[in-house]
Amino acid sequence: MTGFATPLTGYLLVAALLFAIGLAGALTRRNAILVLIGIELMLNAANLNLIAFWRYLPHPEALTGMIFAIFSIAVAAAEAAVGLGLVISIHRHAHTTDLDEMNRMKG
Amino acid sequence: MSFVFWLLAAITVAGGLAAVLLKNLVHCALALTVVFAGLALLFLQLDAQFAGFAQILVYVGAVAILVVFAILLTRSSETPKDGGVFSRTWGAGLAISAAVFAVLGWVVLQSEAGLPREINVPNVTVLQIGNALMGRYVLPLEIVALLLTAALIGAVIVAMHEKGDAK
Amino acid sequence: MLEKADQLFILLRNWIVGFLPAGWQAAAGVVLGVIGIVAVFPGLFAITTVLERKGLGRMQNRIGPNRTGPFGILQPIADAIKSLTKEDIVPLNADAVVHFLAPVFLVVVVFMGFAVLPVGRNMVLVDMDASLLFYFAMGASTEVSIFMAGWSSRNKYSLLGAMRAVAQMISYEVPLLLSSVVVVMMTGSLSLVKIVEAQNRYTWGLPHWYIFTPWGCAAFVMYAIAATAETNRSPFDLPEGESELVAGYFTEYSGFKFALFFLGEYLGMLSISGLGTTLFLGGWSAPLAALNWVPSWIWFFSKVMLSIVVLIWVRGTLPRLRQDQLMNFAWKFVLPMTLLDLMVAALWRFLGDGWARWVVCSAILVIVYVAAGRAGMRGKHFGPRTYRYAE
Repeated sequence: MTGFATPLTGYLLVAALLFAIGLAGALTRRNAILVLIGIELMLNAANLNLIAFWRYLPHPEALTGMIFAIFSIAVAAAEAAVGLGLVISIHRHAHTTDLDEMNRMKG
Repeated sequence: MSFVFWLLAAITVAGGLAAVLLKNLVHCALALTVVFAGLALLFLQLDAQFAGFAQILVYVGAVAILVVFAILLTRSSETPKDGGVFSRTWGAGLAISAAVFAVLGWVVLQSEAGLPREINVPNVTVLQIGNALMGRYVLPLEIVALLLTAALIGAVIVAMHEKGDAK
Repeated sequence: MLEKADQLFILLRNWIVGFLPAGWQAAAGVVLGVIGIVAVFPGLFAITTVLERKGLGRMQNRIGPNRTGPFGILQPIADAIKSLTKEDIVPLNADAVVHFLAPVFLVVVVFMGFAVLPVGRNMVLVDMDASLLFYFAMGASTEVSIFMAGWSSRNKYSLLGAMRAVAQMISYEVPLLLSSVVVVMMTGSLSLVKIVEAQNRYTWGLPHWYIFTPWGCAAFVMYAIAATAETNRSPFDLPEGESELVAGYFTEYSGFKFALFFLGEYLGMLSISGLGTTLFLGGWSAPLAALNWVPSWIWFFSKVMLSIVVLIWVRGTLPRLRQDQLMNFAWKFVLPMTLLDLMVAALWRFLGDGWARWVVCSAILVIVYVAAGRAGMRGKHFGPRTYRYAE
């Protein structure tokens, strides 16, 4: 197995890959819920980045990275709740969650 | 690079790919749960115990269930109609995300952070986290509490049946 | 000699591990611990099934199973043979992969919860700084497996049962966590080993168990209610009540997978009783200082079995709650009471030592509970029941 210069590079690349996958999902799928799934993937990739940096780089205060990640988890959960509430509400009005059909503000 | 890291990374990335590629939405949600669990295990491998357990508790225990409920309440779990699951502009989306990955990968491989250096594990106990949350980070804690309350009330109001609705 | 009886399993493990080379000893110790858990807790599960069927039978004025062995104690073996040899039917439209993975995931997650329970003095498989958080993380993961089971069966009743079960479990998870947070607050640590050690002190021969304090007693009552709801036991067993939803989320499971669900549910019961005894009943510590000569693990398992007996008793006694009644109860009664309990526990700490704090804290809790109960019942009218028959 090829190794990286440090373990940190490996974790950062995994996080970048996950971020790109999440972005691809958010940009290419038709269903609104999958966009939210993509957003959750991106937030998780950012969290992995934070924790990897916390572990492998020296810093004067040892707690910042961990606390940042914990707050990020909390905020992401709140955002997922509101986003999914919005999707449910849109479905109730438009009877579909297909993003290609939601073009009433176009033109 | 240890075997455990490669295994966990493979599981997480495979789960992520499944989450955005599968046709059946509930399978996507379950693949997302696998991603969350894989990430929690990666956190545990990085000696971030509190973050790993919080990840399972919040993401697997709550956000995954939320996504599943939303899928079922919007009847998106039935098989998709004609037209496929990808939107008309999927090419542009794929190109953009490939470009983002290329830039990020180049930055990571090029940066100084990847140079080998002395690593000592930061020893963070739950007691220290508690003290920090109540001491130095009490303002962000209170703001996040306010945000969560607002999100709770907002989600309920947004998703509530309005009076006089047809349903 | 009594020291040896107390540490019997630790000495046994060290003796066995001593035969191996030094590099393998740590891993072998862990493997032996896992073997111990996998052997003991399913054994307790077998005892629990017999206790439940005989106990419920007696409470319902009938004898339980009495054919297999004296007083039916070999019934679990008969059940095991039956479930292993039954045909494993998977519905045609069901999602085969998810249908298979759901019981497996449930059992794995429930077994992981056992890893952090301190079964005796020095007898815990994994001693982590945040072991209570790990336990709750595993508890939260069981909801995913219940949803997987209900959805993959492609059966409206299964899905409905699974949705109800998940809604109930997430509603009662918050009071469960908050009543444990009271204990964590007063101990100052999330580690279950430290929580038990904090309760292992004696004053005038009586132990410092948290259930003997006003805030601990209230927290224990709420923990018990939330734990009963988390494991889908009566009176909160609407998702799996046979008269309501066939069998709820495991309608379409037969044979070994059903046995795995059954195992998972009862192990969940044992696990959450184990956590309850660790948090509130003092874990492995003896009830009186004079009884310290009895091995600690005997105390732990006795307390767990006592909790199981109480759970069975409650199942045989109370009628089932309707879904909206149970969610109302969770969000509008139990949750505010746990928040009040947190404040009362903080008040307890501030009032310092002495008898004053006992009186003040007990008074606050009892008055609010009675007032809230009366207020909640004010709008309800229980007139004579009327029946409408189909014509």
